[in-house]
Amino acid sequence: MDFHEKLVQDLVSKHGRDRENLLPILQGVIDQERYLSEEVILKISKEMSIPAADVYGTASFYSFLDIEPRGKFVIRVCKTITCAMKGKNQIIQSIESFLKIKVGETTIDKKFTILQTNCLGWCHKAPAMLINDDVYTELTPESVVDILREYKEKN
Amino acid sequence: MTTTIKKQLHRIDLIFKHEDDCKEILRNALSRSNQELVNEMVNSGLKGRGGAGFPTGLKWKLTAESNEKEKYVICNADEGEPGTFKDREILSRVPHKVLSGMAVCAKIIGAEKGYIYLRGEYKFLVPELKKELRKFHDILDELGLDFRVEIFMGSGAYICGEESALIESMEGKRGEPRNKPPFPSVRGFKGKPTVVNNVETLAHSYTILKFGAKKFRDLGVKDSRGSKVFSVSGDTPIPGIYELELGMTVQDFVDDFGDGDCKAVQVGGASGFLVPRKRFGKTTIGYEGKLTGISLPTGGSMMIFNSSRSMYNVLNNYLEFFEEESCGQCTPCRVGCQQLLKGIKAVKRGEKPASYLDQLLKLTETMKLTAKCGLGQSVANSFSSIVENFREEMIY
Ligand code: SF4
Ligand code: FES
Repeated sequence: MDFHEKLVQDLVSKHGRDRENLLPILQGVIDQERYLSEEVILKISKEMSIPAADVYGTASFYSFLDIEPRGKFVIRVCKTITCAMKGKNQIIQSIESFLKIKVGETTIDKKFTILQTNCLGWCHKAPAMLINDDVYTELTPESVVDILREYKEKN
Repeated sequence: MTTTIKKQLHRIDLIFKHEDDCKEILRNALSRSNQELVNEMVNSGLKGRGGAGFPTGLKWKLTAESNEKEKYVICNADEGEPGTFKDREILSRVPHKVLSGMAVCAKIIGAEKGYIYLRGEYKFLVPELKKELRKFHDILDELGLDFRVEIFMGSGAYICGEESALIESMEGKRGEPRNKPPFPSVRGFKGKPTVVNNVETLAHSYTILKFGAKKFRDLGVKDSRGSKVFSVSGDTPIPGIYELELGMTVQDFVDDFGDGDCKAVQVGGASGFLVPRKRFGKTTIGYEGKLTGISLPTGGSMMIFNSSRSMYNVLNNYLEFFEEESCGQCTPCRVGCQQLLKGIKAVKRGEKPASYLDQLLKLTETMKLTAKCGLGQSVANSFSSIVENFREEMIY
C-alpha cells in the first residue's frame, strides 16, 4: 500500500465513511500534505463512495483545502482592509524579496508558498498572517523576515 | 426624522469580568423548568449577536416546540466579517460561559449533541478548547445533563457564517446557503431541528442566567437591549475588544475611540454601513430603525477611518472581498459583485462617466432584492453608503 492510500484509509477509519466526515478527512490530508492531489481525491472518492467530481467540488469551495501543490509552510498574509491600511503591501514585498518568489508561488525547495487571504480576525493587531495554523500579528517588514528565518531552519 | 433615543457611551464588563465557576450557575439553571428558562431569555430582550439580530429566546422556543427526538445546538464560531474578532476573544478567555449557554439551550430544546463550528483561521484555539471541553463534560456528568459538544473545523469560507451554509458545510458539502424556509429550527443539521447561535449570543445567555433578565434588559434602548461586544480597529489609538451598552451614537463612540481626525466609521464590517462625519451625531448603534438607516444593527465590527484614507480604496477592498467570498450560487450576487468591482475601477480610470455610478447603485438595489442570502443582499449597504457620501473620491 502506498503512502497516500494508507493516509486516506487511516483518515477514513478514524472519522467514518459518512458524507459529513468529508471535511475532517480532507483537512487531515492537508495537515500532512498541504494540498489535495488528484490521486488523493480519487482515493477518497472510492473509499467514501462519493463521486470524485463531488469531492473535488467540495474541496475547491474552501480556500484552505488547496488543490494545487503547496510548500511545507503556507504563508497567508491578510489583505483585508485594516491590514491593507496598516501596510500589508510592505509585508508582502519583504516576504517576496526574502524568499525570492511572488505571491501564489512556491519556493523550489518546496518549503514555502506565499498566498493572500481574507480577514484573519486580528484587525486590532494588523498586519497579520498565518503560517500553516500559527498566527503572527503586528508585523513589520523586518519582523516578518526574522520569523521566516526561523522557519527556514525548521525541517 | 432624527432619532430621539440617545445613550451616552457606557462601558460594561459582564462577559469578560466575573470570572466564576460556571457549575453553580448551571446547577441553578438546570433545576428550573424549561418554560421558566425560555421566559427568562425572552424577557431579557437578547437578540442574536452575529449581526442578523433574531430574538434568541424565540429561536430556542421554536426549536423546543418541535416533537422530533434528535436535535442539535450549534455554536457559530465562523467569525469572518472583516473587522470582527470578538468571538475569538470570547472563546479564548471565557469558553466555559459559551459552553454553559449551549448546555442550557440543549436542556430547553432537548438536544444531546452540540458542535462548535470553528473557523479554520482559529485552529490554534483547538488544544485549549479541547481541554475546556473535557472539564465541562465532567461538570455536566456531575449535574446529570446528557449533552456532549464537539468541535467542527471550517476551512476558510466566509459564507459558512451564514447558518444554513454552515450546516451544509458540516454535512460535508460546499457551504452554499439553503433556501429558507424551512429554517434550521425546523430542519437543520442532518434534517433535524437545530439552534445555531453566535458565540457572543451564547455568552450573553450565560450572563442573563447569572444576573437575571432584568439586569440585561435595563441596559440599552427600546428594541436594542443589553450590551454588545465591539471589535474596534482602524485609525484608533486603542484598537481592541470593548463591551458597550447598545444605543450609543457614533459620535459618542468616535469621541472615545477616534484619533481626533476621524472621517468615517464603518459599522458592521464590509457588509455594514459607512457613516460619514456629518451623520455621527444622528446615527445610533442598535437594531431598531433597520429600515430607516438611522440606527444601525451590527455584528460588532467598528472600523475607523481618518482623513488620510481614500474611501475609494476602502470600497475597492470590500468589493474584492465580496467577489471572492460570494458562493456563486445565484447570478445577482456572483455577477453583481464582479460588475461592481469592474465598474468602480472603470469610473476611476475615466473609462466610464461619473453617471455610471448611478447605474451601479441600481445594480446594488437589484442585488438587495434578488440575492438569495445576506451576503449578496448586504453588498448594497457599504456600496451605497460609500458612493453616496464620498462620490467625489470615487471619481477623481
Ligand atoms: S447571495 Fe451570494 S453568497 Fe448568498 S447564496 Fe447567492 S451567490 Fe451565494
Ligand atoms: S483585516 Fe487583516 S486581520 Fe482583519
